[in-house]
Amino acid sequence: MAWSKKDILDMESLSVEEISTILDVATGMKEISERPIKKVPTLRGKTVVLFFHEPSTRTRVSFDIAAKRLSADVIAISAGTSSLVKGETLIDTARNLQAMKPDILVIRHGSSGVPSMLAGKIAASVINAGDGTHAHPTQALLDMMTVMERKGNLNGLKIAIVGDIAHSRVARSNIVGFSRMGAKIRLAGPPTMMPRGIESLGCCVTDVMDDAIADADVVMMLRIQKERQGNPLIPSEREYAKRYGLTLQRLKKAKPDAIIMHPGPMNRGVEIAPDVADGPHAVILDQVTNGVALRMALLFLLSGGGRDADAH
Amino acid sequence: MRTLIKNGTVIDPGHIHEIADILIEGSIVTRIDKHADMGRLTAPDTTESRIQPDHVIDAAGLWVVPGLMDMHVHLREPGEEYKETIASGISAAAAGGFTRICCMPNTRPVNDNRQITEFIIHESQKLASVRVLPVAAISKNLEGIEICEYGELMDAGAVALSDDGRPLVDSLLMRRALEYSKSMGLRIISHCEEPTLAKGVMNEGPAATAKGLSGIPNAAESIMVMRDIALSELTGVPVHIAHVSALESIRAIRDAKARGVSVTAETAPHYFTLTDTDVAAYDTHAKMNPPLRSEKDRDAVCQGLVDGTIDVIASDHAPHSRLEKEVAFDAAAFGIIGLETSLALSLRLVIKKVLTIEQLITKMALNPARILGLPCGISQGLSADLTIIDPDMPHVYSAETGFSKSRNTPFDGWKFTGRSVYTIVGGKIIFNL
Ligand SMILES: [Zn+2]
Repeated sequence: MAWSKKDILDMESLSVEEISTILDVATGMKEISERPIKKVPTLRGKTVVLFFHEPSTRTRVSFDIAAKRLSADVIAISAGTSSLVKGETLIDTARNLQAMKPDILVIRHGSSGVPSMLAGKIAASVINAGDGTHAHPTQALLDMMTVMERKGNLNGLKIAIVGDIAHSRVARSNIVGFSRMGAKIRLAGPPTMMPRGIESLGCCVTDVMDDAIADADVVMMLRIQKERQGNPLIPSEREYAKRYGLTLQRLKKAKPDAIIMHPGPMNRGVEIAPDVADGPHAVILDQVTNGVALRMALLFLLSGGGRDADAH
Repeated sequence: MRTLIKNGTVIDPGHIHEIADILIEGSIVTRIDKHADMGRLTAPDTTESRIQPDHVIDAAGLWVVPGLMDMHVHLREPGEEYKETIASGISAAAAGGFTRICCMPNTRPVNDNRQITEFIIHESQKLASVRVLPVAAISKNLEGIEICEYGELMDAGAVALSDDGRPLVDSLLMRRALEYSKSMGLRIISHCEEPTLAKGVMNEGPAATAKGLSGIPNAAESIMVMRDIALSELTGVPVHIAHVSALESIRAIRDAKARGVSVTAETAPHYFTLTDTDVAAYDTHAKMNPPLRSEKDRDAVCQGLVDGTIDVIASDHAPHSRLEKEVAFDAAAFGIIGLETSLALSLRLVIKKVLTIEQLITKMALNPARILGLPCGISQGLSADLTIIDPDMPHVYSAETGFSKSRNTPFDGWKFTGRSVYTIVGGKIIFNL
């Protein structure tokens, strides 16, 4: 299909066809990273601005590599180095960013909704690289790509997501994305980590870990942070690990060929036992590799690549 | 100066609801001539021909009602004049049909002392327009630690007490405030919000969860409503609950009233108009405190208005500039302006036959005054504070061309039927369309 969408803001706004197109293009991009010279001229002369208002190494580096492998000019702005931030309204920020004439703006922000608010005021394409606890669509898409590689399709798969759903933009985007593609999502975690009304995104909820992972094709573990602004949701990491940590023993409840995912960085010994994290079921490094290909695909599609994709 | 308002439908609930002529001499209503009593007078015998007024307002087809009173307004003077001044707030109030407004004490400095109360009264009286009635703070600097000098504040002209904008967390202090204010007869207006539960930025529920915004549950409000009812029962002192938004609060107030507790309550037009799913995602112009709630809560607010659980409609006019609103949703200030949309939004309830016009006027003019012990109504000998409403006039509200200095409203561009066309204070026309 021809690509027409300007921005990638969340999974809600992507259709099944658009998701399929992204995953197809991303699969094709993987090969570039296997070449001795890992660079193609596709985005030569295009400017990609990475505007990271919240610290992030993994996602920023992944976008940086993706843009450079496509020969784009990359400008990184982070909160610390930028005067674009203090005492400015979002409209001012949008005007300043627009003045740099970027073709694509990649935004990471600590506040939910900021990429959507900026996208409406800026001519460049906007990619949400994670906003508050709202969405992280590129992570969800790379997770879908990773599952596709292992399982062949997404329809009908049983997917367990375990952990602090309330504070996870990864969980929200994965729930929406995977359920849109026909997978069945079960969430598990202590009720203090389950936001009210999460079922309306298309999932069911349990506080019993074993119920969530029973017969699962995919088990996705989220990073646990005990301290949340002095507002602990669990009494201790020890008790959390005991009730919700993924161990080899627990993993037996899942399908024998189940895969284990984690958006990183992992707390080995808390949400995931070391032998599970490093064991044969884990696809955590595949996620990182696919992240680059997936982000290359999005940069390609948003910079107009998809418009003549049908011609080839 | 004599002004005659002729042929209008005069509506003062419980007192008069018929076509009548009203004569104003100086600042006072001196005659109310009901057309029925005059037996459809012919020209030579009309009030007009006998009195020869200086000014005649033909109010045929219009409603002449007691001057509307908004008992919950934030003027930002002193301290944040870039958002609103006493003068700009007064202009917005006059255009909205209000003859009296109560201004909350969370200015900079806080209105917790005689000087600020007197300053507000002085500044507003200079304009000889809408009457501005200061609400002083319950606690010094709104800190919730020590009560203010209520005697001084009453002498200076404060009409009520509130720490609005901040909940009074300390229950003992709330008890003391109720007890101590009793002898002055100053009503305590309580902003109910249990802060440990109210850390979010919008209503808790599926909409907040999907947007990744932290939620404020109904219980954050209702817990403190129930506490204040209990303290009112304990002390025997009346309490007024500000901006009620949640079903559970309304139930608690209804039950309390039924057993004779002296509790009164207000809501704001946005709570009976919008829900948390009616507004665009991340629209900071729909961010306020308490937040827009669910459909069930909105219906409960309407029901509370109908059955009298909610006594008052007040706007909670809260001006903020683009500096506070054109930012990330979680960083944006709480509050919307409302003086110029309050009547039009409330008239929608009359059009939809949720409320009668008498109920509406009771909640927007009479009850606020009664709760604060102020005179109200249209009677011979009373001050001529009147609002004239054209119930059929279509209009489109524009924040851009409004009188408020701020534009933070979710109702920009809304189409309405019915608005105030004359606002009269002490016999003087302070606004007319
Ligand atoms: Zn308040």
